[in-house]
Amino acid sequence: MIAIVDYGMGNLRSVEKALHKLGHTATVTSDAAVMQSADRLILPGVGAFGAAIERLRRPRDVESLAESVLRFADTGRPLLGICLGMQLLLSRSEELGEHQGLGLVPGDVKRFDPAGDRAIKVPHMGWNAIRFPRESPLTVGVEPESQVYFVHSYYCAPADPNCWIAECRHGVAFCAALQVGNLLAAQFHPEKSGAVGLRMLDNFARWGA
Amino acid sequence: MVSRRIIPALDIKEGRVVKCVRFLNPRDAGDPVDLARLYDAEGADEIVFLDITASHEKRSLMLEVARRVAEEVFIPFTVGGGIRTVADMREILKTGADKIFINTSAFQTPELISEGSDRFGSQCVVVAIDAKWRPDGATGAGGWYEVYLHGGRTPTGVDAVRWAEDAARRGAGEILLTSMDADGTQAGYELTLTRRIADAVSIPVIASGGAGTLEHIYDGVTEGGAEAALVASLLHYQLLSIRQIKEHLRDRGIPVRLN
Repeated sequence: MIAIVDYGMGNLRSVEKALHKLGHTATVTSDAAVMQSADRLILPGVGAFGAAIERLRRPRDVESLAESVLRFADTGRPLLGICLGMQLLLSRSEELGEHQGLGLVPGDVKRFDPAGDRAIKVPHMGWNAIRFPRESPLTVGVEPESQVYFVHSYYCAPADPNCWIAECRHGVAFCAALQVGNLLAAQFHPEKSGAVGLRMLDNFARWGA
Repeated sequence: MVSRRIIPALDIKEGRVVKCVRFLNPRDAGDPVDLARLYDAEGADEIVFLDITASHEKRSLMLEVARRVAEEVFIPFTVGGGIRTVADMREILKTGADKIFINTSAFQTPELISEGSDRFGSQCVVVAIDAKWRPDGATGAGGWYEVYLHGGRTPTGVDAVRWAEDAARRGAGEILLTSMDADGTQAGYELTLTRRIADAVSIPVIASGGAGTLEHIYDGVTEGGAEAALVASLLHYQLLSIRQIKEHLRDRGIPVRLN
């Protein structure tokens, strides 16, 4: 079973529906026990970093959602962050002030700078091509230069450039997907990226099984 | 580089596609979900649904369509028509739709734009503008574009470029721009209008109304400055396919998604 973490931000149903369409068992949950019993975890998200990390850290009966995610990551089972869920894995974000992230991937979350490059629009919204600096479980069977759907104003700058598994360009070249051990993350929305995106979700759901 | 988008538009009445002769399935030619799935398979970058259901009680049929689309189609989609409140927006976004668009209600209650974008993010809020050319009576040399409401029935006296700027300032994520003069003519998008608005705002403009040939779509995203082209009749009547459009744009050096 794949648990999709519900922390009250954005549209989680699309990820669930895509996994169902692919024939996988998935459930949207905020229950600590359900998360720990899952084979895989997805941290999705649309919205602002500060509000999201605040919701994840909010104290709850057993443990905060942030603690659940960190504990799950520690077990070595596959975890996928999507969009804001990718950014939350990093150490810090500069979105509307400075916020500490979950710190699973050392690095910062930075804003696209339209002043530095007048040709780009922020948010980076729409279909853009990705390339793969190295092979990864997420991108098996996906053609380089495939296009995927992005909606974001901030991007991840991981400290270790070797963790990049997909690269995109919007003014600057940025990390479109990363892997650190059992952690995978994508800045784009695989659940909204047509057949290519479904392939990547399916890759995640089958990884190591 | 972000691709220029080709967006099929479907008019929905009481949960069924109207103005569409496309033969899909012998059992059901008017099912919006079937048609959306087909356009997804053909390479649509996004799909827009306009709910033209007149009766308020039957509006929930559109929500049901949106829920089914979200189960079958895994590209972004937008729903508009009859949205008057933030609660209406929420109902639609909860189905799995990615964006909503507002037209008359945004003009009459501009706070709706800022409230919607604060709550759901500006990428969710598309402001649709219907505009019509007003020649300058005195000289006949110049003119301006007037905003119309209620599906083109009510003139406002307001300049479309100024309204687009205002909508963008209030937090709109995109402008869906329809030229009432060009709509239905298949003589091409109204390029002057499209360019004026694209130059006036920093958010994407979706050109709508008038495309009749491949070259019209090329003109819309070059001369017109649009980031996306809304296409309805051309696709529904199978005069062109999405693939043909995209291959034409690619051959002319425009970035498109041809996965």
